[in-house]
This record gives sequence, structure tokens and C-alpha cells, in this order.
Amino acid sequence: MNAPLLEVRDLGVVFATPRGAVHAVDGLDFTVGAGEVLGIVGESGSGKSVTLRAIPRLLHANATVSGQVLWRGEDMLALPAERLRRLRGGQVAMVFQEPMSALNPVLPIGQQIDEVLVAHTSLDGRARRARAVELLGLVGIASAAARLAQYPHEFSGGMRQRAMIAIALAAEPALLLADEPTTALDVTIQDQILQLLLRLVDELGMALVLVTHDLGVVAETCDRVAVMYAGRLCETGTVGAVFGGPRHAYTDALLRSMPGTGTARERLVPIPGQPPRIDRPVAGCAFAPRCTHARPVCGTERPRLTDWAEGHASACFAADELGAPLVGAVA
Amino acid sequence: MNRSTWLLLRLLQVIPTFLLIGVAVFVLARLLPGDIVSSMLGERASDAAINRMTHQLGLDRSIGAQMLSFLESVARGRLGDSLAFHVPVLKLIGDRLPVTLLLSGMATLIAVAVAVPMAFVAALTANRWPDLLIRSVFQVGLSSPVFYVGLVLLTVFAGWLRWFPVGGYGDTAGEHLYHLFLPALTLALSFAAVVMRSLRASILQVLTAEYVDFARAKGLRGRVVLFRHVLRNALIATVTLVGLQIGSLLGGAVITESVFAVPGVGRLMVDSIFARDYPVIQALTLVLAVLVSLALLVSDVVQMWLDPRVGR
Amino acid sequence: MRRISVPLWLGLGILALLLLCAAAPQLLWPTDPLAFDFAALTAAPSWAHPFGTDQFGRDMLARTIAASSVDLQIALFSVVFPLMIGTLIGLAVGWYGGWLDAVFGRLVDLVVTFPFLVLVIAIVAVLGPGLVNMYIAVACVGWVAYARLIRGEVMVQRNSDYVAAARVLGYSTARIVFRHILPNALRPVLVYSVTDMALCILLGSSLGYLGLGAQPPTAEWGVLIADGKNFFTTAPWITLFPGVAIVLAGLGFSLAGDGLADLLEVKR
Repeated sequence: MNAPLLEVRDLGVVFATPRGAVHAVDGLDFTVGAGEVLGIVGESGSGKSVTLRAIPRLLHANATVSGQVLWRGEDMLALPAERLRRLRGGQVAMVFQEPMSALNPVLPIGQQIDEVLVAHTSLDGRARRARAVELLGLVGIASAAARLAQYPHEFSGGMRQRAMIAIALAAEPALLLADEPTTALDVTIQDQILQLLLRLVDELGMALVLVTHDLGVVAETCDRVAVMYAGRLCETGTVGAVFGGPRHAYTDALLRSMPGTGTARERLVPIPGQPPRIDRPVAGCAFAPRCTHARPVCGTERPRLTDWAEGHASACFAADELGAPLVGAVA
Repeated sequence: MNRSTWLLLRLLQVIPTFLLIGVAVFVLARLLPGDIVSSMLGERASDAAINRMTHQLGLDRSIGAQMLSFLESVARGRLGDSLAFHVPVLKLIGDRLPVTLLLSGMATLIAVAVAVPMAFVAALTANRWPDLLIRSVFQVGLSSPVFYVGLVLLTVFAGWLRWFPVGGYGDTAGEHLYHLFLPALTLALSFAAVVMRSLRASILQVLTAEYVDFARAKGLRGRVVLFRHVLRNALIATVTLVGLQIGSLLGGAVITESVFAVPGVGRLMVDSIFARDYPVIQALTLVLAVLVSLALLVSDVVQMWLDPRVGR
Repeated sequence: MRRISVPLWLGLGILALLLLCAAAPQLLWPTDPLAFDFAALTAAPSWAHPFGTDQFGRDMLARTIAASSVDLQIALFSVVFPLMIGTLIGLAVGWYGGWLDAVFGRLVDLVVTFPFLVLVIAIVAVLGPGLVNMYIAVACVGWVAYARLIRGEVMVQRNSDYVAAARVLGYSTARIVFRHILPNALRPVLVYSVTDMALCILLGSSLGYLGLGAQPPTAEWGVLIADGKNFFTTAPWITLFPGVAIVLAGLGFSLAGDGLADLLEVKR
């Protein structure tokens, strides 16, 4: 296997809040290969969106990020500002959850595409305009040339998300980070946007990291999956391996909480109990208080990530009890 | 509704506003306690003189008729004669208004030129020492009465250092600017404080907006993010505020002109009070209110220009 | 509940000092503010006269302290009357809404087109200069801001569950409005009134300076500055110290107002 495009090593994010430090992400490792689609799943507050924003260093000053984020072997967390700027929106692009708030309300869509091209290419004005029209066409926006002069509030929700994807694609990135790109949209539009993303990954040979709380979306779209809980990585592996035979009690419970067989469009039904407070580091396994497989060791010692098969690893003391194919599993 | 309709409706709005201003000024003059005629003529006026004045002012007619005739003469631009100067009030005001407008314009320029960069520095260093220093200085500025600031500047820069004249207006355009510099600076201080405070709050709010994070995620240069994405959005709220502050600015001009002996409408107003020149006071109240409503109109139009969402 | 912040402490400290000046001027500086010291006419600050003396030899420290009671009175009366009138009207407008609210809306639009100071000056011009007339003028204009605040609060609370419950229980309108809505609506208004006192001190001293507010020989900071303005290059201390007092008072009220707004989490 070639060196991965993106390698995240021991990523930690601590937020300073008036009520003390919050450990949003803790000891996270994962990799993304070229052209690969990785899904990061977890409940709200599991740290998946924070992880995504930590990669291009978009978190604000109240966040302290530790660990390494290696982009083609180079640590993005240590990159000088100007090199980082060129990487952002250039090689590593990002799509946000809410297109309405992520697009600047007072600038025309055309300008919001154009400024990426100005920042990352040497095209002249006419070429940039042609490229902008081409991009809107690529993401399926009709009469693109006329749309350039319009403002975000003149677009529908789905069209805004398409426009945001067009902006992200402008500089032909090698990796697209998508933070719940379909959550704010209607169900039918969600599907269109996912299909669009998959088509673009295929056509452009781009890698995609898709953050979502929707297991169905992961099953449909991803090559590999990383399951997060309370800022930590529970399990990672190919979608087939993880969904077919989960090796972490949380993944197991998550899959079992989904109703029916292969009902890919259902949202997660929460597992009994509450996710833990993350305002102090949890000693053992963060999931232990809600876990039906919990053992004494789970409360005191932190489980290490263990390989079960090629590219399938989990951090669970009860992993040996698990791993059997779920009846009627999603994948 | 499209934007030109919105603009047209906004322009038409000034008609009822002007009408209401006229009614308000009339009510103000007629319904307040106190006998205007005897205070105009003095205690020892004869009955005949009082009757003549009463008739001349139309005070012997019904309130409704008086109001209509008042509004009519205002619409025709007849605001009566000054009792002290014996010239038409409008001529008196027309001669002095450019002075006040120049003073207010200079003050606005100075205030914005100081407040905008300061607001940026304060917001970008929020709760660290540059921010605390800037906010403290402007807080003191906000608590300093205009006349006192004027006297201090006058004492130091005109009295002791003699860099600027003690007052007046001069004769040429250059002299006007030179004479009005200290008064404009005086007037600008509290104005700048208000603008700085509001703009700082807007910038802090905009800095947490998703579109600013997205702009950073796009790999734009810091300068571009700051000016294209942050400043423009923060200015929208500030433009409205500046429009609403024009009233206080003109109020401040009244005091500043008195301190620096600037021959504008503010000084005319104060002088007219002591001269009991009621037609002038009434007309000035009217003219200043009309000016403020025009300023509000301008700020709405500027806001429309800055914010494509307005009027759609 | 948040902690009391440093600016709030500072503001409250300044206000306490002012109250002390107003309540017990002799305690702080026993010199008679009206006594003429012919041995020290227009004297620069010294140990005997820390703020100097004016052209009649009156002690400026004593005069500045003596003026504080008048200026605090200005702050209080310029706020209390608009507050009371505005509260009553705001309650009515907010509770009944409808055409009353429409008329009130037009009135608000109209009042913002008149420069506050110009309108107050115009009213004082008709009524004649003086403190009482100044209070009347300020009340005539100032109530609108309070009525607007109260109206907004009442509008929110009118639709709340506890008001619905009180209605179901058959309480009278007056009881619901005055016993239930008013206490809740009043908090942001009272916080605003503290900030407003800062503006009123500035307004009152400005009118005093112009000769339209407090009249000499009343010792009021603006009047003191007007008295000394002809000596501003030769005896700047006559105008300097009363001015510092105004700035301090303004700072005290606005710091206290902002601090209270933060402390009580009232939005401005």
C-alpha cells in the first residue's frame, strides 16, 4: 500500500471554556488513501465535526490541537501560515453543513467561486469566469452563467449546497472534507447531493472524508468507516468488515439500534443513557457506563486499538465476545 | 418586490414623515404652556400690540385652521421673519446651514476614520490589552460632554499652543477647514466612541459566522477574509447606527458651535433662545428634523447597496 | 449568577463617592463653597485650595463637591419622570396592541427624526430656562425610549404560559399587568435607566453650560465651567476640575449600567 494521502496521528483537541477544559477529541488515529471515501460516524458531540475542522486548522483560538495531521507526509499542524493557506481550498477543500450560513450573504455566488480561483490558480478573469460556469454545470446547476450574479438567498437549499460543493471543487482538490453535507437538506435532496459527491469522487479521482451521524449514508457511500464516541476512535475498517462483524460494543449497539434490515435512510436511534460529559478525561472506556458488555476493567483502563484483520481495528475489551455477523446487518 | 420598487417606496416615505414633522413642530409651538405673544413682546406690551400680534400670527383662529395654514406656509417655504434680524428665517438659516453641514461632515469623516480601524484592532485583540486600552479610551470619550472636550482642545491647541484659531469660520474654503478642525475634532470624539463600540460588537459577531470559517477554508488570504467577508458584513449594522446617530451629531453641533463661536445654525439656535426669536427656533427645529430624516434615508439606501437581501 | 466584574466595581465605586459628596460635602472638604477668599483670587491649585479658586476667591474643590448634589438630582429627575410615564404608556401599548401600537410606532419613527438635544432646547426655549423646565422638556421627549423598551418586554410576556395561567385563574387585567408582567418587564428598563443617567448628566451639564439648565448661583458642574470659560487660558483649573467631575460621573453611571447589563444578562 502506498503512503496514505492523509494520516491523522494521536489527534487531540481541547477547548478552553469558562467552565474549564473540554476534551472534544482524544487520541484519534486514522488514514485516508488517494481516491478513498472514509466515513466518520458518531452521535452529536462525539467530536467528529471538530476532528474535521482540526485538519485544515479551522478551529478558533479557544481550541488547543495536539498530535499530527500528515498531508503527504508533511504535518499540517506545523505548517507556516502561507503554505497552509495554499493547501486550504487548494489540495484540501471543505464543505460545511449549513450552506445558508456558510455562504456569504452579501456576495454573489460568482464572486465566491472566483475568489478561490484567484487564490489558487493563475487564470485570467475570462478563464476564471469560464471555469466558474463549468463548475456550476459540474454540480448540476442549470443556466450557470446567469446564476453567477445571484446571491445565496436567491438559491434553494439544495442549490446552495451544490454551489458550496462547486466552490470546494474549484481548485481541483485531492481531498474533500465534507461535514454532514446533507443534514440540513430535505430527504430527496440529500440523496441527490450524495450521488453528486460520489460521482465527483469517481470522475475527479478525489478522496472524500464524509462526517455523518447517518449509518445508512455510510453504508451507501463509503469504502471505509471510522466510528467515534466521546472524542475517541472506537473502531475502524472497511464498511463490509465493520458493519458485517463489529468488534466494538458501541458499534454493535449502534447497528442493533437501527430498525429493520438494510433500511439505509433511518437516523440513529440513541442507545439508552447519555453520552459522557467530556469536561474531564474519562479514565477507562468512555462507553462503559452504557455498555451491556462492560467488565470491571472497562471502568479503569483505557482499551487500546487492536487489529482484528487487515485494516480492521477496534478499541474494546469485549471485542472477543463480538465480531459475529449481525443478523440482517446493513451492509 | 424588487429593489427599485423598494427604493421608490422608501423615497415616498419621506412625504408622510415631513408632514408629521410639520405637525409635531406646530403642536410643540402651540400646545406648550406659556403665552407666546407676551413672551415675544415682553411684559409691558400694550393690549393693542398683543391683539395685533395675535392676529398677525393667526392665533385667533381655530387650532385646525392654524395647523393647516402653518403646514401650507411651510410647504411654500414661508417660515416667517426673524424677530431679531428682521430678515426671512429661511435666508437666515440658509446662510448658516452650510457651515453646520461642513462641520458635521468633517466630524463624521474624522469619527469614521478613527473608529473603523480602532474597532478592527479591538475586535481582533478582544479582551487583550490593545482592546482594553482602546475601549477604555473611548469609554472616557463617551462620558465627556462635548462642551468640555471643546474647551479643553481650545485651551491647549488654540490658547496655549496657538496652532489653531480660537473660533470663527474664516473667509476662504481653506480657512473654513482650518477654523472648523478643532470643532470637528470635538464633535467627532463621542461620535467615534459610539461607532467604535457598535462596529467592534458587529465584527466580533461576524468573526464567529460560518461564512468566515468557510472563507478561511477556501484558502483566501487573511486580508481578503477580513475586508471582503468580515468588514462588509459588520459595516451593514454600523451604517444604520451612523444614520440614527446623525441626530445626536447635530445636537452636539449646537453645543460645539457655541463653544467655538462658529456661525452655524446651532449657534443661531442658542442665540435665538436668548433673543426669544421664536420663528427662528421653530424653523430650525423643523429644518434639523428634516435633515435627520434625510440622513436616515441615505443610510437606508447605503444599506441597500451593501446588503443584497434588503428589499427582496 | 455571574461575578461582579472589575468595571462594575469601578462604576459603583465612583457612584458611591459621588453620593458621599452629595450627602456630606462638609465631611470631605470643610471649606464653605460660597466663602470669598480675597487673599486668593483666581489662585492656582495649592494645599489650601487643591482645585484652585475662581475670580471671587471661592474654593473650587468645595464648589465642585457642592455641585455634585445638583448634578445627581439632574441624573435622578431626568430619568425618573420619563421612566414612570414611559412605563405606563409602554404597558398599555404592549398589552392592548392594535391601533394603539400602530400609532405608537409612527410616534417612535417621528421622535427619532428630532435630534434629542435640539428638541429639549426648543421646549426649554418656549418654557424658559431653568432646571424644572429642563425636567419637563426631558420628560416630554425621553419617555418614548422607555415606553419602547417596556412595550417589547410586555409583547414577549403577554404570550407566556404564566400569563395564560393567570388569565385562566380569572385574575383581573390590572392585576396581571401590574403584579405579574411589570416586575419582569422592569428589569431591563431599570438597567437601561442607569446608562441613561450618564447621558442625562451630560445633557444637564451641557444645558447648564449654555445657560438653559441650572441657573447661577446654583453650583452645577456645567454652570461652573460656563463661569470659568473666560479664564480658560489663564486659570484653566476653574473649568478643568468640574469637567473632570462630569466625566467621572458619566463614567460611573455608564460603567455601572454596562456592568449591570452583563451581570443580569440583559441584552442591550
